[in-house]
Amino acid sequence: MSADVTPPNRTTYREAMRQAIREALLRDPRVFLMGEDVGRYGGCYAVSKGLLEEFGPERIRDTPLSESAFVGAGIGAALGGMRPIVEIMTVNFSLLALDQIVNNAATILHMSGGQFNIPLVIRMTTGAGRQLAAQHSHSLEGWYAHIPGIKILTPATLEDARGMLWTALQDPDPVLIFEHGTLYNLEGELPADASAVAIDKAAVRRPGDDVSLITYGGTLGKALQAEELSAKGIDAEVVDLRTLRPLDTATILNSVTRTHRAVIVDEGWRSGSISAEISARIMEGAFYELDAPVERVCSAEVPMPYAKHMEEAALPHVHTIVETVSLMMGDRG
Amino acid sequence: MALETDLTQPALERDRALARLREMLRIRRFEEKCAELYSAAKIRGFLHLYIGEEAVAVGALSALEADDAIVATYREHGHALARGVSAASIMAEMFGKREGCSHGRGGSMHLFDATARFYGGNAIVGGGLPLAVGLALADKMQGHARVTACFFGEGAVAEGEFHESMNLAALWKLPVVFFCENNLYAMGTALKRSESEVDLSLKAASYEIPAWPVDGMDVIACEDAARRAVAAVRGGAGPYFIEFRTYRFRAHSMYDPQLYRSKQEVEQWKTRDPIATFQARLSESALLSEADLKAIEDDVAQEIAKSVEFAEAGTLEPVEDLTRFVYSERTPS
Repeated sequence: MSADVTPPNRTTYREAMRQAIREALLRDPRVFLMGEDVGRYGGCYAVSKGLLEEFGPERIRDTPLSESAFVGAGIGAALGGMRPIVEIMTVNFSLLALDQIVNNAATILHMSGGQFNIPLVIRMTTGAGRQLAAQHSHSLEGWYAHIPGIKILTPATLEDARGMLWTALQDPDPVLIFEHGTLYNLEGELPADASAVAIDKAAVRRPGDDVSLITYGGTLGKALQAEELSAKGIDAEVVDLRTLRPLDTATILNSVTRTHRAVIVDEGWRSGSISAEISARIMEGAFYELDAPVERVCSAEVPMPYAKHMEEAALPHVHTIVETVSLMMGDRG
Repeated sequence: MALETDLTQPALERDRALARLREMLRIRRFEEKCAELYSAAKIRGFLHLYIGEEAVAVGALSALEADDAIVATYREHGHALARGVSAASIMAEMFGKREGCSHGRGGSMHLFDATARFYGGNAIVGGGLPLAVGLALADKMQGHARVTACFFGEGAVAEGEFHESMNLAALWKLPVVFFCENNLYAMGTALKRSESEVDLSLKAASYEIPAWPVDGMDVIACEDAARRAVAAVRGGAGPYFIEFRTYRFRAHSMYDPQLYRSKQEVEQWKTRDPIATFQARLSESALLSEADLKAIEDDVAQEIAKSVEFAEAGTLEPVEDLTRFVYSERTPS
């Protein structure tokens, strides 16, 4: 394809995701989308808007509010030769399908001694920042990353929103994609020929020498916005994990080995979290490279409150990242 | 009784009757051997015996074609045997050997066999139903005239997954047949102690699914009902539900002192033993001679002895392979 003639398109994360689903439906007749309100309603975040009209109700399937049944049906359909994309409205609702995800999707390949793989993709919205309170705002992707047998993707850029889905659909095993709710309106330019991307590597989104900001999903933008750090003469490297399982430990350790400092930015709670896991891996693999203890910027350990000021107080922000890094670098005031 | 009306073509029906008797005896003798081997510590973990319920699996599975799919529960030795999974590979699985039908990774509760389209032993009560719905969805979307048979106990009707699956299967008119094995106890909890409505067909019927109860101690009645249901499902009628009224003669598992039921109750049900009563009927109708029975018993004994030899001679998977089957090794298609 001649990249020099196609100008990049102005687009959004939502649109990039929609184009990814569209492309999958066009390229592979085994692919279909099912979930609550994906069809007539157009998707609760409008990701699938227009797809019902284009592909019809067989391939854009509205389901009852039965997370366990339709996630399990996705597993069964994948076993039966299809390539389902199952959409769950939000990560909190996915808990109603936890039995199917953890006890079936993650285990059947193993329990069957390698006979039955499950080429299933489950997409869901995650994260806070929209005043949706304690049953629509949590960040449980790190929790899912605890489970062997599934893969956990957290697209944070337009390229990944556009390109991760196709690669996930080619994977023989179950892949969960977590889309942070505040990213859908993210705007930017995407090459007209943007397509599949690798899903097994973290990416350095901003190279730097002084500290590694290790993050993913909804907090990538916040880490990249920590411009004040440059003003203070601190050159931060930003690592986008992209995939929480399997975790690209090599990229993390390479970065920390060069910068000698690590701050993990994670919207999840800190106790028993993916940030704790990353910290442990740095201790195991790069302890003697560190010039300072690993720091973490996480959400406060409360169910997400509704009131705007309280929700903001609970979440990682640009200023908390800047403060944490500044303190770490010895700037006390 | 159904038996007399069905045996209208003695030559043909004799073959059928002897085949069903042989299959039930295979299961009975196989499991008696399993219990013995459990006491000898050759088999460990949980072992749930099907003894007393053989007519259900044998009757129901006789109604299926080779390319139909089966989803079963953790009490599934009988289903696997009746489906044609070899006794040797099942025994080897229970021995934890890599020649087992699940490579030694599943054990008694997780028998799988791709060539038999046997999608496991699922040990989460109700967890197999959504999977069966999905297998049926895949068949319907791909235009296969195949049926998925889903076995589960009466305990599953208390689970949300039962209700979600009934609804989805009926709503989408999927080719799945629900075979409910009502043995009256969910482990130690009697149906009447756990359900406000104990007529299980009514529950399925409330989802517009044709449903009726059948004597689960009569193999021919089981087969006839299953044939009727499977023919309708294959013909595009949507899901069917059959409640097989049966009884488990042995303990729930090998650890159960059976405090929840009386010896008299068990003895009373044993007078309706599906094998003994069928054998007696066949003898009375002159369809079964002493010599026939001896020949069957000898064949079965020989097969089981060979299965034990096979399991004993089986090999242990090397510990270096521990992390296999967590993710697929083959390239995606």
